Amino acid sequence: MKHWLSLAVAASAFGIGCSSDSSQKGTAGSSTRVAGTRPSSSASGADLTGAGATFPQPIYNKWFAEYAAKNGVKINYQAIGSGGGIKQLQEQTVDFGASDAPMTDAELSAAKGGPIIHVPTVIGVVALAYNLPGLTQPLKLTGSLLADIYLGKVTKWNDTRIAALNAGVNLPANDILVVHRAEGSGTTFIFTDYLSSVSPAWKSGPGKGKEVQWPVGLGAQGSAGVTGQIKQTPNALGYTELAYAQQNKLPTALVQNKTGQFVAPSSESGSAAAAGALSKLGGNTDYRISIVNADGAQAYPITSFTWLLVYQHIKDAAKARKLADFVKWAMADGEKEAAGLGYAPLPGDLAARLSARVDSVATSASSGAK
Amino acid sequence: MTDVSSAIAARATPATPPPSAASRIEGSSRGDRVYRWATTGFALLIPILLTFIAWEVFAAGWPALKRFGFSFFFTSDWDAVNEHFGAAPAIFGTIVSSIIALVLATPLAVGVAIFLSEFAPTWVRQPVAFLVDLLAAIPSVVYGLWGILVMVPMLRDHVIPFFKNTLHLGDTPLFSGPAYGPSMLAAGCILAIMVLPYISAVTREVLAAVPRSQREAALALGATRWEMIWDAVLPFARSGIIGGIILGLGRALGETMAVTMVIGNRHEISASLIAPGYTMASVIANEFSEATNDVHVSALMAIGAGLLVVAIVVNAIARWLVWQTGRAGGGQ
Repeated sequence: MKHWLSLAVAASAFGIGCSSDSSQKGTAGSSTRVAGTRPSSSASGADLTGAGATFPQPIYNKWFAEYAAKNGVKINYQAIGSGGGIKQLQEQTVDFGASDAPMTDAELSAAKGGPIIHVPTVIGVVALAYNLPGLTQPLKLTGSLLADIYLGKVTKWNDTRIAALNAGVNLPANDILVVHRAEGSGTTFIFTDYLSSVSPAWKSGPGKGKEVQWPVGLGAQGSAGVTGQIKQTPNALGYTELAYAQQNKLPTALVQNKTGQFVAPSSESGSAAAAGALSKLGGNTDYRISIVNADGAQAYPITSFTWLLVYQHIKDAAKARKLADFVKWAMADGEKEAAGLGYAPLPGDLAARLSARVDSVATSASSGAK
Repeated sequence: MTDVSSAIAARATPATPPPSAASRIEGSSRGDRVYRWATTGFALLIPILLTFIAWEVFAAGWPALKRFGFSFFFTSDWDAVNEHFGAAPAIFGTIVSSIIALVLATPLAVGVAIFLSEFAPTWVRQPVAFLVDLLAAIPSVVYGLWGILVMVPMLRDHVIPFFKNTLHLGDTPLFSGPAYGPSMLAAGCILAIMVLPYISAVTREVLAAVPRSQREAALALGATRWEMIWDAVLPFARSGIIGGIILGLGRALGETMAVTMVIGNRHEISASLIAPGYTMASVIANEFSEATNDVHVSALMAIGAGLLVVAIVVNAIARWLVWQTGRAGGGQ
């Protein structure tokens, strides 16, 4: 009996320690975890492996499945989060990474395989979903008002500032129940990037990041958690990917853009934002750019690229070729899937520019391999 | 589960130790020696593993502890952008949600156990005991889903308005602020259901282990059935019941998934039961996957180390209490 108990002590402590231990491995550059989980190319039959963001996972999965069916090239993608994707790419344990936030200079310099290029794939649109049962017409919001709601300065739905934007709308005298993501997330990065760009108070306060210190509100896990929370909580307001708001049939707010128009989140308004941002860009950009609050009358202001991350010099020429071919296919055919999954496709001229760029990667790899 | 209860119950009654096997092993065949070494090796593996895990967790958390010092455990900042981390809200939430759980679960669990062991006819006892034990077999994510879809809306729409409006407690600190639904109260409630089977199963076994003579003596002195339970049975089983409660506490402290889904995940210490909070385990579960900078990861590991310490201390207390029960029980 005595022995049994000492086992219980060890086992229960182990139960907690175990999860922490698997966490720990990520600290040391995630090499241990990678070795354990990454299927080797030959074993799984995958031609390319990648890891990273969960935000574009639905479209990536669709692309990879279609591409495998069409060209027989199998791509294994692990949606472990942008941070994990960057770490694995730095350690060269995957062929490509994926991230919702561009890599910082420090992260780039820590990469073991040399320079990394950023390839925007699709545009993510972040919608403001709300639950106001009595409301029939879409709510209108401005950036500074949104920032003040998330700063806790505007707390009631019938606040004069909200009422001023929404004349004739019967707003309830209830608390605004602010919902945000509990864990670090690319969606949060896009949203806080936007708030920082429109509100000095937000910029100097919580700032932008995948996880910030929220002045108010409650955290829900994952996009599904946020939309679920909004859906079942009257008077809730939260940000979420457009696809999730659409699937859950939640109303989304019109947000005022740079030109003063109130624009609904949509695939078209997302592409318009990218086009607006790119019109000001030079030809030699590395595409590590933010497109929030972009120019253009039709542009929705809370949008962002999501990126594939690939090394500029890939030793294995065959892999480099496969990767480049895939990206070219995605730019030409894959983009058509974007709107149906709640993303916005890249503007056509950008897709063409990116195709040419990845081609140069594959070419430099094959010449370097000789 | 049942092992837990029977083990603790068995401590309550004096067990004659089995005759020492060691003497028989002396001078035995090679097979016996191999067997002995193998089992010794297996037994040693567990403490070695535990030490190794603890060392790893502390080593990984050390950079954060070094950077923020002891104040890591007493500050409330959790700002990944500016790299300020303090674990106070998570520690507070872990302790408070567990206390709420025990306050709600203990009377219920002990009541169930008393009913089952003292009053229930056999045809009720078996199925009810089975169902209560079954609560422990439900995966915590299922509890979490049920919490989100059923319990939280019920708390928000009925229970919290009852406290706020009917009992007029809305102005007291305990029930102040907007009612989101996900809250410290919700976490405590879901934990109460999750720890109930542990406490109740242990209590049931401990009560069953109270000697018949104890009850008969009380009844012979003219005690009613209730007096017999209250004055003769419960005092005898007290340490065992406390052991069961502490085992439940250990479960509540480490529970992650269900709590994460209903607590609201907010790094803030609030006196209000209806305000969102955080626990140590859910911070780690939520934030690790996207924690990119080293300080953030290290801060999460430091929380893990803190949780490990809490778990070991709680289990040590449980063991000590059960050991006490064994000694007290030996006096009959």
